[in-house]
Amino acid sequence: MAGVRAEGRASIKERTLRVDRWWLQPAITVFVLVSFIIYATFRAFENGYYFVESSHLVSPFYSPCLSASCEPGAQLFGVVAPQSILGFGLSPALLILIFPLGFRLTCYYYRKSYYRSFWMSPPACAVAEPHKKYTGETRAPLILQNGHRWFFLAGLVFNVILTYDALISFKHEDGSFGMSVGTIVLLTNATLLWLYSLSCHTCRHIMGGRLRHFSKHPVRYKGWTIVSKLNHYHPVFAWISLFGVALTDVYVRFVATGAISNYYFF
Amino acid sequence: MGRQVKLRIWRGNKENGDFQNVNVEANEGEVVLDVIHRVQATQMPDLAVRWNCKAGKCGSCSMEINGKPRLACMTRMNTFEEDETITVTPLRAFPVIRDLVTDVSFNYKKALEIPAYSPPANLGPGEARMEQIDVERSQEFRKCIECFLCQDTCHVIRDHEENKKSFAGPRFFIRIAELDMHPLDTLRNRKRTAQEEHGLGMCNITKCCTEVCPEHIRITDNAIIPMKERVVDQKYDPIRWLGSKISKREGIS
Ligand code: SF4
Ligand code: SF4
Ligand code: FES
Repeated sequence: MAGVRAEGRASIKERTLRVDRWWLQPAITVFVLVSFIIYATFRAFENGYYFVESSHLVSPFYSPCLSASCEPGAQLFGVVAPQSILGFGLSPALLILIFPLGFRLTCYYYRKSYYRSFWMSPPACAVAEPHKKYTGETRAPLILQNGHRWFFLAGLVFNVILTYDALISFKHEDGSFGMSVGTIVLLTNATLLWLYSLSCHTCRHIMGGRLRHFSKHPVRYKGWTIVSKLNHYHPVFAWISLFGVALTDVYVRFVATGAISNYYFF
Repeated sequence: MGRQVKLRIWRGNKENGDFQNVNVEANEGEVVLDVIHRVQATQMPDLAVRWNCKAGKCGSCSMEINGKPRLACMTRMNTFEEDETITVTPLRAFPVIRDLVTDVSFNYKKALEIPAYSPPANLGPGEARMEQIDVERSQEFRKCIECFLCQDTCHVIRDHEENKKSFAGPRFFIRIAELDMHPLDTLRNRKRTAQEEHGLGMCNITKCCTEVCPEHIRITDNAIIPMKERVVDQKYDPIRWLGSKISKREGIS
Protein backbone atom coordinates (compact mmCIF):
# COMPACT_ATOMS: atom_id res chain seq x y z
CA MET A 1 0.00 0.00 0.00
CA ALA A 2 2.81 2.32 -0.77
CA GLY A 3 0.31 4.30 -2.80
CA VAL A 4 -1.70 6.46 -0.44
CA ARG A 5 1.17 6.31 2.04
CA ALA A 6 3.83 7.20 -0.52
CA GLU A 7 6.34 9.84 0.40
CA GLY A 8 5.18 13.38 -0.01
CA ARG A 9 1.48 12.59 0.22
CA ALA A 10 -0.60 13.66 3.20
CA SER A 11 0.27 11.27 6.02
CA ILE A 12 -2.97 9.50 6.78
CA LYS A 13 -2.83 5.95 8.00
CA GLU A 14 -6.34 4.74 7.09
CA ARG A 15 -6.59 2.90 3.78
CA THR A 16 -9.88 4.66 3.24
CA LEU A 17 -11.86 7.30 5.06
CA ARG A 18 -15.12 6.35 3.42
CA VAL A 19 -17.94 5.94 5.91
CA ASP A 20 -20.57 4.44 3.62
CA ARG A 21 -20.97 0.71 3.09
CA TRP A 22 -18.53 0.50 0.19
CA TRP A 23 -17.97 -3.22 0.79
CA LEU A 24 -21.59 -4.12 0.17
CA GLN A 25 -21.53 -4.09 -3.60
CA PRO A 26 -18.41 -6.23 -4.00
CA ALA A 27 -19.78 -8.62 -1.37
CA ILE A 28 -23.05 -9.03 -3.26
CA THR A 29 -21.16 -9.55 -6.52
CA VAL A 30 -19.04 -12.30 -5.01
CA PHE A 31 -22.10 -13.97 -3.54
CA VAL A 32 -24.07 -13.92 -6.80
CA LEU A 33 -21.21 -15.01 -9.03
CA VAL A 34 -20.07 -17.79 -6.68
CA SER A 35 -23.64 -19.09 -6.44
CA PHE A 36 -23.89 -19.10 -10.21
CA ILE A 37 -20.55 -20.87 -10.61
CA ILE A 38 -21.52 -23.56 -8.10
CA TYR A 39 -24.86 -24.19 -9.76
CA ALA A 40 -23.41 -24.13 -13.29
CA THR A 41 -20.62 -26.53 -12.34
CA PHE A 42 -23.08 -28.94 -10.76
CA ARG A 43 -25.27 -28.81 -13.85
CA ALA A 44 -22.42 -29.12 -16.32
CA PHE A 45 -21.27 -32.33 -14.66
CA GLU A 46 -24.71 -33.70 -14.00
CA ASN A 47 -25.04 -34.65 -17.65
CA GLY A 48 -28.77 -35.26 -17.52
CA TYR A 49 -32.21 -33.65 -17.22
CA TYR A 50 -31.43 -31.06 -19.85
CA PHE A 51 -33.88 -32.16 -22.49
CA VAL A 52 -37.62 -32.64 -22.56
CA GLU A 53 -38.49 -34.59 -25.70
CA SER A 54 -42.26 -34.18 -25.35
CA SER A 55 -42.17 -30.39 -25.11
CA HIS A 56 -39.07 -29.80 -27.27
CA LEU A 57 -37.24 -28.01 -24.47
CA VAL A 58 -33.48 -27.94 -24.12
CA SER A 59 -31.44 -26.24 -21.40
CA PRO A 60 -29.16 -23.38 -22.51
CA PHE A 61 -26.28 -25.06 -20.67
CA TYR A 62 -26.53 -27.97 -23.11
CA SER A 63 -27.30 -26.26 -26.38
CA PRO A 64 -25.99 -26.95 -28.97
CA CYS A 65 -25.64 -30.53 -27.82
CA LEU A 66 -22.70 -31.80 -29.80
CA SER A 67 -21.46 -35.00 -28.17
CA ALA A 68 -22.38 -38.60 -28.92
CA SER A 69 -23.78 -38.89 -25.42
CA CYS A 70 -26.48 -36.29 -26.15
CA GLU A 71 -30.03 -37.48 -26.07
CA PRO A 72 -30.83 -38.20 -29.73
CA GLY A 73 -33.63 -35.63 -29.92
CA ALA A 74 -31.28 -32.91 -28.69
CA GLN A 75 -28.62 -33.49 -31.35
CA LEU A 76 -29.84 -30.78 -33.69
CA PHE A 77 -26.48 -29.89 -35.12
CA GLY A 78 -24.80 -33.25 -35.48
CA VAL A 79 -22.15 -34.85 -33.35
CA VAL A 80 -18.59 -33.56 -33.14
CA ALA A 81 -17.32 -35.28 -30.00
CA PRO A 82 -17.30 -38.86 -28.73
CA GLN A 83 -19.19 -40.05 -25.70
CA SER A 84 -16.11 -40.18 -23.58
CA ILE A 85 -12.47 -39.25 -23.78
CA LEU A 86 -9.89 -41.62 -22.23
CA GLY A 87 -12.63 -43.32 -20.30
CA PHE A 88 -14.02 -40.11 -18.82
CA GLY A 89 -17.63 -39.48 -19.68
CA LEU A 90 -17.81 -36.16 -21.52
CA SER A 91 -20.67 -33.93 -20.55
CA PRO A 92 -21.94 -32.07 -23.63
CA ALA A 93 -22.12 -28.90 -21.51
CA LEU A 94 -18.35 -28.87 -21.07
CA LEU A 95 -17.78 -28.90 -24.83
CA ILE A 96 -19.42 -25.55 -25.38
CA LEU A 97 -18.88 -23.93 -22.00
CA ILE A 98 -15.82 -21.97 -23.10
CA PHE A 99 -17.80 -19.73 -25.45
CA PRO A 100 -20.40 -18.21 -23.15
CA LEU A 101 -17.91 -18.31 -20.32
CA GLY A 102 -15.24 -16.56 -22.40
CA PHE A 103 -17.73 -13.94 -23.56
CA ARG A 104 -18.70 -13.06 -20.00
CA LEU A 105 -15.17 -13.28 -18.62
CA THR A 106 -13.83 -10.81 -21.19
CA CYS A 107 -16.92 -8.57 -21.08
CA TYR A 108 -15.97 -5.02 -20.14
CA TYR A 109 -18.69 -4.90 -17.53
CA TYR A 110 -17.92 -8.22 -15.86
CA ARG A 111 -14.26 -7.28 -15.85
CA LYS A 112 -15.10 -4.26 -13.76
CA SER A 113 -17.21 -6.40 -11.42
CA TYR A 114 -14.76 -9.15 -10.77
CA TYR A 115 -11.65 -6.98 -10.71
CA ARG A 116 -13.36 -5.05 -7.95
CA SER A 117 -15.01 -7.84 -6.01
CA PHE A 118 -12.71 -10.85 -6.42
CA TRP A 119 -9.37 -9.23 -7.08
CA MET A 120 -10.01 -6.08 -5.00
CA SER A 121 -8.24 -3.98 -7.54
CA PRO A 122 -9.69 -1.72 -6.23
CA PRO A 123 -12.46 -3.06 -3.94
CA ALA A 124 -14.25 0.29 -4.25
CA CYS A 125 -13.30 3.78 -5.33
CA ALA A 126 -10.80 5.51 -3.05
CA VAL A 127 -10.30 2.33 -1.03
CA ALA A 128 -6.67 1.27 -1.26
CA GLU A 129 -6.12 -2.10 -2.88
CA PRO A 130 -4.05 -4.74 -1.09
CA HIS A 131 -1.64 -5.44 -3.96
CA LYS A 132 1.99 -4.38 -4.00
CA LYS A 133 2.35 -4.25 -7.77
CA TYR A 134 -0.09 -3.51 -10.53
CA THR A 135 0.26 -3.80 -14.29
CA GLY A 136 -3.38 -3.81 -15.34
CA GLU A 137 -4.16 -5.47 -18.64
CA THR A 138 -0.74 -5.01 -20.17
CA ARG A 139 0.61 -8.54 -19.70
CA ALA A 140 -0.38 -12.18 -19.97
CA PRO A 141 -2.87 -13.41 -19.02
CA LEU A 142 -4.92 -10.24 -18.79
CA ILE A 143 -3.74 -8.95 -22.15
CA LEU A 144 -6.01 -11.66 -23.58
CA GLN A 145 -8.97 -9.53 -22.56
CA ASN A 146 -8.31 -7.81 -25.87
CA GLY A 147 -9.82 -10.87 -27.57
CA HIS A 148 -13.31 -9.95 -26.41
CA ARG A 149 -14.52 -9.45 -29.99
CA TRP A 150 -13.99 -13.10 -30.91
CA PHE A 151 -16.10 -14.24 -27.99
CA PHE A 152 -18.67 -11.63 -28.93
CA LEU A 153 -18.94 -13.15 -32.41
CA ALA A 154 -19.16 -16.68 -30.98
CA GLY A 155 -21.85 -15.40 -28.63
CA LEU A 156 -23.92 -14.28 -31.62
CA VAL A 157 -23.80 -17.82 -33.02
CA PHE A 158 -25.04 -19.12 -29.68
CA ASN A 159 -27.83 -16.55 -29.66
CA VAL A 160 -28.99 -17.79 -33.05
CA ILE A 161 -28.97 -21.38 -31.82
CA LEU A 162 -30.84 -20.57 -28.62
CA THR A 163 -33.38 -18.55 -30.59
CA TYR A 164 -33.86 -21.58 -32.83
CA ASP A 165 -34.33 -23.71 -29.68
CA ALA A 166 -37.04 -21.33 -28.56
CA LEU A 167 -38.78 -21.38 -31.93
CA ILE A 168 -38.95 -25.17 -32.15
CA SER A 169 -40.54 -25.26 -28.70
CA PHE A 170 -43.71 -23.80 -30.24
CA LYS A 171 -44.86 -27.39 -30.62
CA HIS A 172 -46.90 -30.06 -28.97
CA GLU A 173 -45.57 -33.58 -28.54
CA ASP A 174 -47.20 -34.61 -31.85
CA GLY A 175 -45.56 -31.69 -33.68
CA SER A 176 -48.64 -29.51 -33.98
CA PHE A 177 -48.36 -25.80 -33.21
CA GLY A 178 -48.65 -24.82 -29.59
CA MET A 179 -47.19 -22.73 -26.84
CA SER A 180 -46.18 -23.69 -23.34
CA VAL A 181 -44.65 -22.01 -20.31
CA GLY A 182 -41.39 -23.57 -21.48
CA THR A 183 -41.70 -21.73 -24.78
CA ILE A 184 -41.97 -18.42 -22.97
CA VAL A 185 -39.04 -19.32 -20.74
CA LEU A 186 -36.78 -20.17 -23.71
CA LEU A 187 -37.93 -17.12 -25.65
CA THR A 188 -37.29 -14.78 -22.72
CA ASN A 189 -33.86 -16.31 -22.23
CA ALA A 190 -32.96 -15.82 -25.89
CA THR A 191 -34.23 -12.24 -25.86
CA LEU A 192 -32.18 -11.38 -22.79
CA LEU A 193 -29.09 -12.91 -24.38
CA TRP A 194 -29.63 -10.84 -27.52
CA LEU A 195 -29.98 -7.70 -25.43
CA TYR A 196 -26.82 -8.56 -23.54
CA SER A 197 -24.85 -9.17 -26.76
CA LEU A 198 -26.20 -6.21 -28.69
CA SER A 199 -25.48 -3.81 -25.84
CA CYS A 200 -21.84 -4.99 -25.69
CA HIS A 201 -19.09 -2.38 -25.98
CA THR A 202 -17.42 -4.31 -28.77
CA CYS A 203 -20.72 -4.39 -30.66
CA ARG A 204 -20.92 -0.62 -30.28
CA HIS A 205 -17.40 -0.31 -31.67
CA ILE A 206 -18.01 -2.61 -34.63
CA MET A 207 -21.31 -0.94 -35.40
CA GLY A 208 -19.76 2.50 -35.84
CA GLY A 209 -17.63 3.39 -32.85
CA ARG A 210 -14.46 2.92 -34.87
CA LEU A 211 -15.45 5.53 -37.46
CA ARG A 212 -14.24 9.11 -37.50
CA HIS A 213 -16.81 10.52 -39.86
CA PHE A 214 -20.29 9.53 -38.82
CA SER A 215 -21.68 11.84 -41.50
CA LYS A 216 -20.18 9.67 -44.23
CA HIS A 217 -21.84 6.50 -42.88
CA PRO A 218 -25.45 7.39 -42.01
CA VAL A 219 -26.63 3.80 -41.63
CA ARG A 220 -23.80 2.79 -39.34
CA TYR A 221 -24.28 6.01 -37.39
CA LYS A 222 -27.90 5.09 -36.85
CA GLY A 223 -26.86 1.60 -35.72
CA TRP A 224 -24.25 3.07 -33.40
CA THR A 225 -26.85 5.39 -31.88
CA ILE A 226 -29.16 2.48 -31.13
CA VAL A 227 -26.40 0.30 -29.72
CA SER A 228 -25.18 3.26 -27.64
CA LYS A 229 -28.62 3.51 -26.05
CA LEU A 230 -28.62 -0.21 -25.27
CA ASN A 231 -25.02 0.02 -24.10
CA HIS A 232 -26.14 2.28 -21.30
CA TYR A 233 -27.98 -0.69 -19.81
CA HIS A 234 -25.27 -3.24 -20.48
CA PRO A 235 -24.69 -3.95 -16.76
CA VAL A 236 -28.40 -4.55 -16.24
CA PHE A 237 -28.58 -6.92 -19.21
CA ALA A 238 -25.41 -8.65 -18.01
CA TRP A 239 -27.04 -9.54 -14.70
CA ILE A 240 -30.55 -10.37 -15.81
CA SER A 241 -29.36 -12.51 -18.70
CA LEU A 242 -27.16 -14.43 -16.25
CA PHE A 243 -30.16 -15.07 -14.02
CA GLY A 244 -32.11 -15.85 -17.18
CA VAL A 245 -29.78 -18.65 -18.20
CA ALA A 246 -29.76 -20.17 -14.71
CA LEU A 247 -33.53 -19.97 -14.24
CA THR A 248 -34.18 -21.37 -17.72
CA ASP A 249 -32.00 -24.32 -16.85
CA VAL A 250 -33.79 -24.75 -13.51
CA TYR A 251 -37.11 -24.79 -15.31
CA VAL A 252 -36.01 -27.34 -17.91
CA ARG A 253 -34.51 -29.48 -15.18
CA PHE A 254 -37.73 -29.41 -13.15
CA VAL A 255 -39.74 -30.47 -16.15
CA ALA A 256 -37.21 -33.13 -17.17
CA THR A 257 -37.15 -34.67 -13.70
CA GLY A 258 -40.93 -34.70 -13.65
CA ALA A 259 -41.13 -32.37 -10.65
CA ILE A 260 -43.47 -30.10 -12.57
CA SER A 261 -45.30 -30.47 -15.84
CA ASN A 262 -44.92 -28.04 -18.68
CA TYR A 263 -48.27 -26.26 -18.94
CA TYR A 264 -49.56 -25.59 -22.47
CA PHE A 265 -51.57 -22.42 -23.14
CA PHE A 266 -52.87 -23.82 -26.43
CA MET B 1 -30.05 30.46 12.36
CA GLY B 2 -27.58 27.76 11.49
CA ARG B 3 -26.67 24.54 13.23
CA GLN B 4 -23.36 23.44 14.69
CA VAL B 5 -21.44 20.85 12.69
CA LYS B 6 -18.36 18.82 13.51
CA LEU B 7 -15.45 18.86 11.10
CA ARG B 8 -12.26 16.83 11.18
CA ILE B 9 -9.74 18.56 8.94
CA TRP B 10 -6.34 17.20 7.98
CA ARG B 11 -3.64 19.80 8.52
CA GLY B 12 0.03 19.54 7.80
CA ASN B 13 2.63 19.52 5.09
CA LYS B 14 4.67 16.94 3.25
CA GLU B 15 6.75 16.10 6.33
CA ASN B 16 3.91 15.47 8.76
CA GLY B 17 0.37 16.30 9.66
CA ASP B 18 -2.73 15.17 11.49
CA PHE B 19 -6.44 15.68 11.91
CA GLN B 20 -7.84 18.61 13.87
CA ASN B 21 -11.40 18.71 15.13
CA VAL B 22 -13.49 21.87 14.98
CA ASN B 23 -17.10 22.79 15.63
CA VAL B 24 -18.50 25.40 13.32
CA GLU B 25 -21.81 26.88 12.29
CA ALA B 26 -23.47 25.82 9.05
CA ASN B 27 -26.39 27.68 7.51
CA GLU B 28 -29.25 26.66 5.28
CA GLY B 29 -28.13 25.97 1.73
CA GLU B 30 -24.40 25.97 2.41
CA VAL B 31 -21.76 23.71 0.91
CA VAL B 32 -18.63 22.23 2.48
CA LEU B 33 -16.48 25.02 1.04
CA ASP B 34 -18.62 27.67 2.81
CA VAL B 35 -18.09 25.93 6.11
CA ILE B 36 -14.37 25.59 5.54
CA HIS B 37 -14.25 29.30 4.82
CA ARG B 38 -16.03 29.96 8.10
CA VAL B 39 -13.45 27.83 9.92
CA GLN B 40 -10.77 29.89 8.21
CA ALA B 41 -12.46 33.16 9.19
CA THR B 42 -13.15 32.28 12.80
CA GLN B 43 -10.73 29.63 14.04
CA MET B 44 -7.89 28.74 11.70
CA PRO B 45 -6.78 31.84 9.85
CA ASP B 46 -3.82 30.01 8.35
CA LEU B 47 -5.80 27.06 6.94
CA ALA B 48 -4.73 26.52 3.33
CA VAL B 49 -7.49 25.74 0.83
CA ARG B 50 -7.63 26.25 -2.92
CA TRP B 51 -10.74 27.55 -4.63
CA ASN B 52 -11.89 30.03 -7.24
CA CYS B 53 -15.35 29.94 -8.75
CA LYS B 54 -17.55 28.37 -6.07
CA ALA B 55 -19.72 27.21 -8.94
CA GLY B 56 -18.23 23.83 -9.86
CA LYS B 57 -16.56 25.17 -12.97
CA CYS B 58 -12.94 25.96 -12.16
CA GLY B 59 -11.97 22.60 -10.69
CA SER B 60 -9.85 24.14 -7.94
CA CYS B 61 -11.56 22.97 -4.76
CA SER B 62 -10.96 19.24 -5.24
CA MET B 63 -10.47 17.45 -1.94
CA GLU B 64 -11.65 14.30 -0.20
CA ILE B 65 -14.75 14.52 1.93
CA ASN B 66 -15.55 11.50 4.07
CA GLY B 67 -13.04 9.64 1.98
CA LYS B 68 -14.58 10.49 -1.39
CA PRO B 69 -12.88 12.69 -3.98
CA ARG B 70 -15.23 15.64 -4.47
CA LEU B 71 -15.54 19.33 -5.23
CA ALA B 72 -16.01 21.11 -1.90
CA CYS B 73 -18.12 23.78 -3.56
CA MET B 74 -20.55 21.21 -4.92
CA THR B 75 -20.97 19.14 -1.77
CA ARG B 76 -24.02 20.35 0.12
CA MET B 77 -24.02 20.31 3.89
CA ASN B 78 -27.54 18.93 4.03
CA THR B 79 -26.31 15.63 2.58
CA PHE B 80 -24.73 14.80 5.97
CA GLU B 81 -26.41 13.54 9.12
CA GLU B 82 -27.04 16.08 11.92
CA ASP B 83 -24.43 14.70 14.31
CA GLU B 84 -22.00 13.31 11.76
CA THR B 85 -18.32 14.27 11.92
CA ILE B 86 -17.29 15.28 8.43
CA THR B 87 -13.74 14.32 7.54
CA VAL B 88 -11.92 16.56 5.08
CA THR B 89 -8.50 15.74 3.63
CA PRO B 90 -6.39 16.84 0.69
CA LEU B 91 -6.31 14.64 -2.43
CA ARG B 92 -4.47 11.47 -1.50
CA ALA B 93 -2.91 10.62 -4.86
CA PHE B 94 -0.76 13.75 -5.12
CA PRO B 95 1.93 15.32 -2.92
CA VAL B 96 0.53 17.64 -0.32
CA ILE B 97 1.74 21.24 -0.18
CA ARG B 98 -0.09 22.38 2.90
CA ASP B 99 -3.36 21.44 4.60
CA LEU B 100 -5.97 20.92 1.88
CA VAL B 101 -3.77 22.05 -0.99
CA THR B 102 -1.97 19.48 -3.13
CA ASP B 103 0.60 19.71 -5.88
CA VAL B 104 -1.21 18.57 -9.03
CA SER B 105 1.63 19.38 -11.43
CA PHE B 106 1.82 15.68 -12.38
CA ASN B 107 -1.24 16.35 -14.50
CA TYR B 108 0.28 19.30 -16.32
CA LYS B 109 3.32 17.24 -17.20
CA LYS B 110 1.10 14.51 -18.59
CA ALA B 111 -0.85 17.10 -20.60
CA LEU B 112 2.37 18.20 -22.29
CA GLU B 113 3.13 14.65 -23.38
CA ILE B 114 0.06 14.45 -25.59
CA PRO B 115 0.57 15.96 -29.06
CA ALA B 116 -1.87 18.76 -29.78
CA TYR B 117 -4.61 18.76 -32.40
CA SER B 118 -2.99 18.64 -35.79
CA PRO B 119 -5.22 19.94 -38.60
CA PRO B 120 -4.65 19.15 -42.27
CA ALA B 121 -1.76 21.22 -43.68
CA ASN B 122 -3.83 22.81 -46.43
CA LEU B 123 -6.47 24.14 -44.07
CA GLY B 124 -6.28 27.85 -43.38
CA PRO B 125 -7.55 29.55 -40.23
CA GLY B 126 -11.34 29.59 -40.16
CA GLU B 127 -11.66 27.09 -43.00
CA ALA B 128 -12.44 23.96 -40.97
CA ARG B 129 -15.90 22.58 -41.68
CA MET B 130 -17.34 19.71 -39.70
CA GLU B 131 -20.80 18.28 -39.24
CA GLN B 132 -22.33 18.29 -35.81
CA ILE B 133 -22.64 14.50 -35.61
CA ASP B 134 -18.92 14.19 -36.31
CA VAL B 135 -17.87 16.35 -33.38
CA GLU B 136 -20.54 15.35 -30.88
CA ARG B 137 -18.53 12.63 -29.21
CA SER B 138 -15.53 14.90 -28.74
CA GLN B 139 -17.72 17.63 -27.29
CA GLU B 140 -18.64 15.54 -24.27
CA PHE B 141 -14.96 15.43 -23.35
CA ARG B 142 -14.58 19.19 -23.73
CA LYS B 143 -16.77 19.63 -20.65
CA CYS B 144 -13.80 18.62 -18.51
CA ILE B 145 -12.99 21.27 -15.88
CA GLU B 146 -9.63 19.73 -14.98
CA CYS B 147 -10.48 19.15 -11.37
CA PHE B 148 -8.35 15.97 -11.51
CA LEU B 149 -10.72 14.10 -9.25
CA CYS B 150 -10.61 11.26 -11.75
CA GLN B 151 -6.82 11.24 -11.64
CA ASP B 152 -6.92 11.26 -7.86
CA THR B 153 -9.29 8.33 -7.55
CA CYS B 154 -7.70 6.14 -10.20
CA HIS B 155 -6.15 3.23 -8.34
CA VAL B 156 -3.45 2.77 -10.99
CA ILE B 157 -1.58 5.76 -9.57
CA ARG B 158 -3.38 6.37 -6.30
CA ASP B 159 -2.27 2.98 -5.02
CA HIS B 160 0.96 2.66 -7.00
CA GLU B 161 3.21 5.70 -7.03
CA GLU B 162 5.63 3.89 -9.35
CA ASN B 163 3.03 3.79 -12.12
CA LYS B 164 2.95 7.56 -12.43
CA LYS B 165 5.76 7.62 -14.96
CA SER B 166 3.99 5.29 -17.38
CA PHE B 167 0.33 6.21 -16.93
CA ALA B 168 -1.36 9.36 -18.18
CA GLY B 169 -4.65 8.81 -16.37
CA PRO B 170 -8.33 9.08 -17.27
CA ARG B 171 -8.36 12.84 -17.81
CA PHE B 172 -5.82 12.37 -20.58
CA PHE B 173 -7.47 9.30 -22.03
CA ILE B 174 -10.47 11.49 -22.76
CA ARG B 175 -8.12 13.99 -24.36
CA ILE B 176 -6.62 11.29 -26.56
CA ALA B 177 -10.07 9.94 -27.41
CA GLU B 178 -11.28 13.44 -28.26
CA LEU B 179 -8.48 13.86 -30.77
CA ASP B 180 -8.59 10.34 -32.16
CA MET B 181 -12.31 10.75 -32.83
CA HIS B 182 -11.84 14.23 -34.27
CA PRO B 183 -12.73 14.22 -37.97
CA LEU B 184 -9.93 16.59 -38.97
CA ASP B 185 -7.05 15.48 -36.78
CA THR B 186 -4.25 14.12 -38.95
CA LEU B 187 -2.12 12.35 -36.36
CA ARG B 188 -2.77 8.69 -36.97
CA ASN B 189 -0.63 7.09 -34.28
CA ARG B 190 -2.73 8.15 -31.31
CA LYS B 191 -4.08 4.64 -30.72
CA ARG B 192 -0.64 3.10 -30.70
CA THR B 193 0.89 5.73 -28.43
CA ALA B 194 -2.12 5.58 -26.11
CA GLN B 195 -1.24 1.95 -25.49
CA GLU B 196 2.52 2.08 -25.69
CA GLU B 197 3.33 5.44 -24.10
CA HIS B 198 0.36 6.61 -22.11
CA GLY B 199 -0.52 3.37 -20.34
CA LEU B 200 -4.06 2.76 -21.62
CA GLY B 201 -3.53 -0.98 -21.00
CA MET B 202 -2.98 -0.34 -17.29
CA CYS B 203 -6.56 0.78 -16.89
CA ASN B 204 -8.75 -2.11 -15.82
CA ILE B 205 -12.00 -0.26 -16.54
CA THR B 206 -13.16 -0.35 -12.95
CA LYS B 207 -14.89 2.99 -13.56
CA CYS B 208 -13.93 4.99 -10.49
CA CYS B 209 -13.03 7.93 -12.72
CA THR B 210 -16.56 7.95 -14.10
CA GLU B 211 -18.02 7.68 -10.60
CA VAL B 212 -16.31 10.83 -9.33
CA CYS B 213 -16.42 13.09 -12.40
CA PRO B 214 -18.41 16.20 -11.42
CA GLU B 215 -19.16 16.91 -15.08
CA HIS B 216 -20.66 13.42 -15.46
CA ILE B 217 -18.43 12.65 -18.38
CA ARG B 218 -18.77 8.94 -19.11
CA ILE B 219 -15.02 8.55 -19.16
CA THR B 220 -14.84 4.77 -19.18
CA ASP B 221 -17.75 3.96 -21.49
CA ASN B 222 -17.26 6.75 -24.00
CA ALA B 223 -13.51 7.30 -24.07
CA ILE B 224 -11.47 4.51 -22.48
CA ILE B 225 -13.35 1.47 -23.78
CA PRO B 226 -13.71 2.92 -27.31
CA MET B 227 -9.96 3.63 -27.27
CA LYS B 228 -9.23 0.11 -26.04
CA GLU B 229 -11.28 -1.24 -28.94
CA ARG B 230 -9.42 1.02 -31.39
CA VAL B 231 -6.15 -0.29 -30.00
CA VAL B 232 -7.35 -3.85 -30.56
CA ASP B 233 -8.08 -2.91 -34.20
CA GLN B 234 -4.47 -1.87 -34.64
CA LYS B 235 -2.53 -4.18 -32.39
CA TYR B 236 -4.42 -7.31 -31.44
CA ASP B 237 -6.78 -8.15 -34.28
CA PRO B 238 -4.94 -10.20 -36.93
CA ILE B 239 -7.78 -9.94 -39.42
CA ARG B 240 -7.97 -6.17 -39.33
CA TRP B 241 -4.20 -5.97 -39.33
CA LEU B 242 -4.09 -8.05 -42.50
CA GLY B 243 -6.87 -5.98 -44.02
CA SER B 244 -4.97 -2.78 -43.41
CA LYS B 245 -1.83 -4.26 -45.02
CA ILE B 246 -3.74 -5.32 -48.12
CA SER B 247 -5.68 -2.13 -48.65
CA LYS B 248 -2.75 -0.01 -47.40
CA ARG B 249 -5.19 2.00 -45.40
CA GLU B 250 -3.81 3.70 -42.37
CA GLY B 251 -6.30 3.89 -39.57
CA ILE B 252 -9.95 4.07 -40.43
CA SER B 253 -12.05 6.76 -41.97
S1 SF4 C 1 -11.58 3.08 -15.24
FE1 SF4 C 1 -9.38 3.01 -15.66
S2 SF4 C 1 -8.73 5.15 -15.75
FE2 SF4 C 1 -10.76 5.09 -14.76
S3 SF4 C 1 -10.28 5.02 -12.57
FE3 SF4 C 1 -10.53 2.89 -13.27
S4 SF4 C 1 -8.47 2.19 -13.82
FE4 SF4 C 1 -8.39 4.44 -13.66
S1 SF4 D 1 -12.73 14.24 -16.59
FE1 SF4 D 1 -14.16 14.87 -14.98
S2 SF4 D 1 -13.14 14.26 -13.08
FE2 SF4 D 1 -11.58 14.22 -14.66
S3 SF4 D 1 -10.59 16.21 -14.58
FE3 SF4 D 1 -12.23 16.36 -16.11
S4 SF4 D 1 -14.03 17.10 -15.01
FE4 SF4 D 1 -12.56 16.40 -13.45
S1 FES E 1 -14.34 26.49 -6.43
FE1 FES E 1 -14.40 26.23 -8.61
S2 FES E 1 -14.99 24.14 -8.81
FE2 FES E 1 -15.15 24.45 -6.67
